[in-house]
Amino acid sequence: MTIKEIEKEIIEEFEIFGDDWESKYEHIIDMGKSLPLINLNLKTNNRIIKGCQSNVWLNTDLINDKILYTADSDAIITKGMIALMVRVLSNQKAEDIVKADMDFINQIGLKEHLSPTRANGLLSMINEMKKEALKRI
Amino acid sequence: MMDLIKIREQFPILNQKINNCDLIYFDNAATSQKPISVIESISDFYKKSNSNIHRGVHSLSRSASEQFELARKTVANHFNIDNEQQLIFTAGCTDSINIVAQGLAKFHLQKEDEIILSTYEHHSNILPWQLWAKENKGVLKIIPLLANQNLDYDSIEKLITHKTKLIAITHVSNTLGLITDIERIISIAKKHQLPILLDGAQSAPHMPVDLKKLDVDFFVCSAHKLYGPTGVGLLYLSQKWLDKLPVSKSGGGIIKSVSFENTEYADGALRFEPGTPNISGVIGFSNAIKFINNIGITTIFEFEKKLVQHAQKKLREMPEIIMYGESDEKAGVISFNVKNHHPFDIGTLLDNYGIAVRTGHHCTQPLMQDLKIQGTVRISFAIYNTIEEINYFIEKLKKVIKMLQ
Ligand SMILES: Cc1ncc(COP(=O)(O)O)c(C=O)c1O
Repeated sequence: MTIKEIEKEIIEEFEIFGDDWESKYEHIIDMGKSLPLINLNLKTNNRIIKGCQSNVWLNTDLINDKILYTADSDAIITKGMIALMVRVLSNQKAEDIVKADMDFINQIGLKEHLSPTRANGLLSMINEMKKEALKRI
Repeated sequence: MMDLIKIREQFPILNQKINNCDLIYFDNAATSQKPISVIESISDFYKKSNSNIHRGVHSLSRSASEQFELARKTVANHFNIDNEQQLIFTAGCTDSINIVAQGLAKFHLQKEDEIILSTYEHHSNILPWQLWAKENKGVLKIIPLLANQNLDYDSIEKLITHKTKLIAITHVSNTLGLITDIERIISIAKKHQLPILLDGAQSAPHMPVDLKKLDVDFFVCSAHKLYGPTGVGLLYLSQKWLDKLPVSKSGGGIIKSVSFENTEYADGALRFEPGTPNISGVIGFSNAIKFINNIGITTIFEFEKKLVQHAQKKLREMPEIIMYGESDEKAGVISFNVKNHHPFDIGTLLDNYGIAVRTGHHCTQPLMQDLKIQGTVRISFAIYNTIEEINYFIEKLKKVIKMLQ
């Protein structure tokens, strides 16, 4: 699937919750539990993303022209957020990742998490993922 | 008897809804909310009295200067300072500590000297000294914690050497709410003739501080944590330091005479207040002090103690809660963690119920390292908080923990 197709799928998934933030967060927490985990020996300080209140580790690989991300966090909501990003951006071409507008975040009602002051650092995560992709073009 | 409803009515912000829920503000240690009297005193100043102080001959300037100096008297009285010239208005607690650190670096501290701090310290009472230490091969010696997270007072004598030049210590831990036994520290310091800087950022909002009784050399605090505006605070200098501490910032308004070669500085507090001060902020500060005095700081302390005791009791009933620095004698602050859950997750979900808590290291990373944790969830109270709010918080906390499982 393309990035846009995955985003569309996620938007539809979140539509069911409407204004029910509790279910929305439960869904995010569940996604966190299914995140493709970074290899334990790759959880090093140089893979920590700065700007998050909890630790977030991100590893990037280039396999058969596609970028593969694995990650982890010690906070489960943060883990859910990065799982969401990995679901959209992993297994895509670096060129497409760099270009992705990530506008779906607004549409699923998580816009407030994009603010640069938000301690979970969603913005830092996206920037880091794009930066790593750019290195591999 | 204190009328809680009347008090809450004075805080317009408390009527707000967050996420369709009533706002429950438990982040008072970061900054407290402001009563209408403080808010209006600031806008009134700009509407009716605005002009620069200490310089004009015209009526407005005279009136502004009088209000400013009256504010100094009000604040000085509250802390039982006889000579209000010993009270300097600064930009806040951090600014005050930096003024002392830079002044002492020029006059009192020599290369390779030692300063004693405690494990509790806020970064604002560490970094100015660390900056000096790095440049001067100075040493920071740290009062350790006991197992119950109180300070190990018995260790202080052992930390003192002939090179020790200062004890800089917080009156109340902003992370744990535990109150320092400052009398004991003062008596040790006197024995060794060591000056003391007392960081009152977290004591001044919650408990009586009598600077005639507490014989410290420097006392600092911020207005915004005690119902006043941001960007203003105080520095109290004991008589001994008033004429001795060198200024580190200079400029207009603080002089007797200036030539290009030399300057004769003004006496007392004015020496440390160059440039146009935060006039409206200082007036707001004094109105915050009036608000506190209308209720009575002892009443505030007793009331908040009940809130702390109630919240601790409720938290203690939950087996998954780990509390830090538990004590019935606290200044409005409780820190805890939920086993196997990150404080960030707890704080994020509570926010959705309109409950504002603080999560993280609270600018006390060395304390976190000592406790071997990354952070805590911190709830901190003010005079407008209620037992009902605590009960609602506990109910939602239980729900949040369930969501995370
Ligand atoms: C104990 C303590 N010291 C110093 C400060 C710094 O105060 P301010 O940021 O108002 O300068 C704080 C604020 O959190 C504090 O809690």
